[in-house]
Amino acid sequence: MTEDTKFHHGDTVTDLAPIVEMKNIEKHFGNIIALAGVSFDVKPGECHCLLGDNGAGKSTFIKTMSGVHKPTKGEIFFEGKPLHFDTPRDAMEAGIATVFQDLAMIPLMSVTRNFFMGREPTKGKGLLKRFDVDHANDVCMEEMRKMGINLRGPDQAVGTLSGGERQTVAIARAVYFGAKILILDEPTSALGVRQTSNVLATIDKVRNHGIGVVFISHNVRHALAVGDRFTVLNRGKTLGTATRGEITPEQLQDLMAGGQEMAELEGSLGGTV
Amino acid sequence: MSDSAQIAGDERVKKEPFMTKLMKRPELGAMAGVVLVVIFFAITADDSMFTLAGIMNFMTPAAQLGILAIGAALLMIGGEFDLSIGSMVAFAGLFFGVCVVTWQLPLIVAIPMTFVFAGLVGAVNGNIVIRSGLPSFIVTLAFLFILRGLSLVGLKAATGGSTQLRGVRDVVENDWLAPFFSGEAFSSLFSWLAANGMIDTFKSGAPKVPGIPVEILWFVVLALVATYVLLRTPAGNWIFAAGGDSTAASNSGVPVNRIKVSLFMLTACCAALVAIITVIDAGSTDARRGFQKEFEAIIAAVIGGCLLTGGYGSAIGAFFGSIIFGMVVIGLTYTDFDQDWFQVFLGGMLLIAVLFNNAIRKRVTGER
Repeated sequence: MTEDTKFHHGDTVTDLAPIVEMKNIEKHFGNIIALAGVSFDVKPGECHCLLGDNGAGKSTFIKTMSGVHKPTKGEIFFEGKPLHFDTPRDAMEAGIATVFQDLAMIPLMSVTRNFFMGREPTKGKGLLKRFDVDHANDVCMEEMRKMGINLRGPDQAVGTLSGGERQTVAIARAVYFGAKILILDEPTSALGVRQTSNVLATIDKVRNHGIGVVFISHNVRHALAVGDRFTVLNRGKTLGTATRGEITPEQLQDLMAGGQEMAELEGSLGGTV
Repeated sequence: MSDSAQIAGDERVKKEPFMTKLMKRPELGAMAGVVLVVIFFAITADDSMFTLAGIMNFMTPAAQLGILAIGAALLMIGGEFDLSIGSMVAFAGLFFGVCVVTWQLPLIVAIPMTFVFAGLVGAVNGNIVIRSGLPSFIVTLAFLFILRGLSLVGLKAATGGSTQLRGVRDVVENDWLAPFFSGEAFSSLFSWLAANGMIDTFKSGAPKVPGIPVEILWFVVLALVATYVLLRTPAGNWIFAAGGDSTAASNSGVPVNRIKVSLFMLTACCAALVAIITVIDAGSTDARRGFQKEFEAIIAAVIGGCLLTGGYGSAIGAFFGSIIFGMVVIGLTYTDFDQDWFQVFLGGMLLIAVLFNNAIRKRVTGER
């Protein structure tokens, strides 16, 4: 989209309106308060990292964002308008694509069949309406090539791909289907060094298309490698949002670990705590 | 970016030989099985087994089983089981018998009613499985007994104490729809072939094979339609996805529950089709109809390459699996072997098929 949002960080898209804005989201499961007022927004072409330790509520939060859970309290604005999603499908149609940790990929099925799962292109009408396999294969090969992965063939089973390649298929799929927001749930947690850098590079490519990326991680180094803004969750609450350059890896790490050194950090977080 | 090296081609990927590609087809095992069984009977059985009459002889039971097996295969690919299809044959047979004999309905009404009725039972089965989250194995095992019991009770109620309902043939004999569900098709073609000496005839000049039994045509058509749906329609993709990983599928927007319930309804309707064909053929229905067919259908589907865990398999495979089945059941009578070897053979085939499928799956997924 905008030419000036290259790989340099920090001075991104502050002037742009957020695509999604979530205000004071609360989510209760029975008597368990999983989220106790989380606010978060994503702008086009930025990578907003959501950090937090295990059990901080990251997964619950993104599931709220992607329509899997309904918030108990709080508001969601999508492109400025209040909105609520009843099903993941609603969120998907609005342009919020989620790549879950399990990737929503089926190992026994081919890359193409996975790529178009649930959104198969068809040709013909009425009874002759059929899955346009040739078109699907071409699109799939082309999209994967754009992401830097050369498939053996479109009928290659997903089970034969490496973890990083599977991530990339999932991301390419979301981008192809017109995602405005791409939520990545710990995409690098199970990957090796090389594959991690491939995935991070893919995130950068996606961001350059003007797509807002929500990158969930508990690895500070991975987050800092691509993130423009960083929000830390702890025990169901936001500890604050920092812009790139305002915060050091050590400070982020401390925040994630429970915010013991909060006082010191107040200044560097720009008073948003 | 270092990706450019990869784009040029991955040097770690070996070129795939044609044989390996072939090995990845789910139906390959069943095709190889057909070849092996044909060779076996070509050596051991009487020559008359592979005459036209002999082929029709083993294709008829193969077709009756195959109609069930194709339904079972689709359901298995969709990740569920139905152990109640055998009982469903009896139950649908009872319903159909009562429609035509007791209520005197014409076939044009009775047949759609039977399908709707079977579909409803399938929907009940499917909804219980989906809503309770219980394994379909347990739910449909319960229906195996429930439906069999209801068939017995219902037959006794309909006939006043007998477990057999007779008189179907008399009422349907002149129905214009009957030829689609019973007897032989293309009989004029076969007479013509016989008259021209191209097929064997009796002394009277009538052909030894009067036509193709209609169930074989249903079987072939069903196999083709099922294969087309699986491989060339969005619904087919959804069936594979629902069976491969239902959470992943529904996260991707596949209507998993609707697909699974529809598949349960389809299997029940396949059972109803077999019931209609066999009841019209025999002229009566009884409570033992379809006994143990659920196991035979699942075995045929597994021989055909379906994984018990779902998400993989083919309708063509079930087609060949059923033919193997028919050949073995009937073929043994053409040999000097004791007929009861059949069960040993069946179990052996099942075991080999499962081992083979397991190896294939590991190849496909690159599992190490």
